[in-house]
Amino acid sequence: MEALGDLINGFATALTPVNLLYAFLGVLLGTAIGVLPGIGPAMAVALLLPLTFGLDATAAFIMFAGIFYGGAYGGSTTSILLNTPGESSSVVTAIEGNKMAKRGRGAQALATAAIGSFIAGIIGTLLLVFLAPTVVDIALQLGAADYFALMVLAFVAVTSVLGASRIRGFISLVLGLTIGLVGIDLSTGQQRLTFGVPQLADGISVIVVAMGLFAVGEALWIAAHLRRRPAEIIPVGPARMNKQDWSRSWKPWLRGTGIGFPFGVIPAGGAEIPTFLSYVTEKKLTKYPGEFGHGAIEGVAGPEATNNASTAGGLVPLLTLGLPTTATAAVMLAAFQQYGIVPGPLLFENEPELVWGLIASLFIGNVILLVLNLPLAPVWAKLLRIPRPLLYAGILFFASLGAFAVGGSPVDLLVLLIVGLLGMMMRRYGLPIVPAIIGVILGPRAEVEMRRALQISGGDISGLVNTPLSIAIYTIIALVLLWPLVNRFVIRRFRTPAREVPVGHTHALVELAEEIAEEPVEPEPSRAASTTDRPDSTERLP
Amino acid sequence: MTSETAPKGQGRSELGVALFLLALGVLVLVDAAGIPETAGQTGPVGPKAVPFVLGAALVVLSILLAIDVLRGGRGEQEMGEDVDLSHGTDWRTVLILVGAFLANVVLIERVGWAISGAILFFGTAFALGSRHFIRDALIAIALSVGSWYLFALGLGIELPVGVLKGIL
Repeated sequence: MEALGDLINGFATALTPVNLLYAFLGVLLGTAIGVLPGIGPAMAVALLLPLTFGLDATAAFIMFAGIFYGGAYGGSTTSILLNTPGESSSVVTAIEGNKMAKRGRGAQALATAAIGSFIAGIIGTLLLVFLAPTVVDIALQLGAADYFALMVLAFVAVTSVLGASRIRGFISLVLGLTIGLVGIDLSTGQQRLTFGVPQLADGISVIVVAMGLFAVGEALWIAAHLRRRPAEIIPVGPARMNKQDWSRSWKPWLRGTGIGFPFGVIPAGGAEIPTFLSYVTEKKLTKYPGEFGHGAIEGVAGPEATNNASTAGGLVPLLTLGLPTTATAAVMLAAFQQYGIVPGPLLFENEPELVWGLIASLFIGNVILLVLNLPLAPVWAKLLRIPRPLLYAGILFFASLGAFAVGGSPVDLLVLLIVGLLGMMMRRYGLPIVPAIIGVILGPRAEVEMRRALQISGGDISGLVNTPLSIAIYTIIALVLLWPLVNRFVIRRFRTPAREVPVGHTHALVELAEEIAEEPVEPEPSRAASTTDRPDSTERLP
Repeated sequence: MTSETAPKGQGRSELGVALFLLALGVLVLVDAAGIPETAGQTGPVGPKAVPFVLGAALVVLSILLAIDVLRGGRGEQEMGEDVDLSHGTDWRTVLILVGAFLANVVLIERVGWAISGAILFFGTAFALGSRHFIRDALIAIALSVGSWYLFALGLGIELPVGVLKGIL
């Protein structure tokens, strides 16, 4: 197993005392920032990015691995203790998690979330180790047309799966692509959308855009609608579980990992759908159906493991193809670019020390996360009490600091504000943020690959579809785009209109999950009959 | 998809988003038209093609959005831990906040980050309703001076020192 040898070398890189310290710092800061209300993992990574500027690439990415997992875990703490999660991936966790906390079982909810995240993270990263070299081998064969097709797939998937409406998803994507256009066209040296401002000639830094859309946009949006009475926070002790909690949690952890990882690998737009699937699965399989809706531990264990496994899965396309599938992955990609590193198959050949050091750090970060978070849960809970004016003032302060550190000019701060106002408008009118950020980061690369493919074919449009893979990908894209029509005219005829599952509509998914949670599941009188009948709780038979 | 908490009149203001997209699309198209086709171009696709496609896409999407809004479609406002959608937009807070932000933009190179950053923090905390003036001022100064030293000593990045040259 070649991958194992590489991984051991990676551990040799990551386990030096200095790098261990960076991993520890990353987990600590990532969790602390991720716990803060209103800060999701993507924003946590963006805000902490400037701290790594003084480090060499390997140390910086080891620290990032810690921030990455720490930020994700911090978000679930918030959703369990506060109930109204700011980010979509931990929305489902809040349903049962917050009910558990209200019943005085917050410590158990946090424990099953932490241990589930740990197990899913370890298994997910192991799968990454064994999958990545295979994907790299395939990726090395890919040409410009294939890459362009993959990026178009990422665009279509992220706009079609996320958010309430496709039009709004595509608007967000095109806004991002337009921001990506600003600057000098690399192959001809022509300025585009720079309006004669010299600071714009190098383009707008993805990091500034990420901080603008996430940090400044969020702060402005919340400033406009600040809740004057802070949300209720439930006090909690150190995270721990008893024997029954363990026996009820381990299967959901494993099932969640199995559901989450594949969804992370394919560009399907984040963790909403898999966490929802995990929740429904656990509700169906539980021995304690009466507890669902009142704080069932399975409803926390499953979705949390799913969330972390899909995070790990998302690293496969990010590292092997340079394709981010979530906002956090997009910010990570921006961080790579800051160091002049282009993720992709060649990265594994050219910078094995960095890649495998990063992967090894993911394992280490996971262990640190577990060791840190079980005893520190009460401390994290205290962070939730931070006065909101200071919290959002701090977010704006550090976003400005970071943007200035990236660009070194007040123009970058103006761009940050303008992008922030754009982010506020997007939040106001339901335009999803993630497609915009994916558009900014992948747009320029998609243009390069497209022009390269057409150059090879001499301008013939068939140059974009001349490989089996690109044809297959465009077929998938066509299916994704046409799915609503298929759904409307074909599938609905065969389905009872008892309950529509509005795919991709996060809040509708949550409402649906809550509805499922509250639905009483009576012990069925004839179990034998119901097994042949599929005891399906999502689709009621008429 | 409109929740009951959505303020009335959102339909009309959402048409403003369509108008914004239309204006942006036209801007992108005009800018693209002004790009000269150069001889140094490699390959059949020049620097104009993608801007034209995106500009056109913005125009088309603005029309589709307007149609959607007129038919009753509404964007769903984002919710969150600290968001209370039962009130309308608090423009006063947003304006003071943007003012504090712009003060930092204008001042950062003139008086230095240690002062402009403190103004940014204090101003935004004030805008958001904090009235603990002394505590906020102390935190603001500690953060801006602390981050200046962290960047200068720890990360090797020189933030503007401004009028405090020789003191910091």
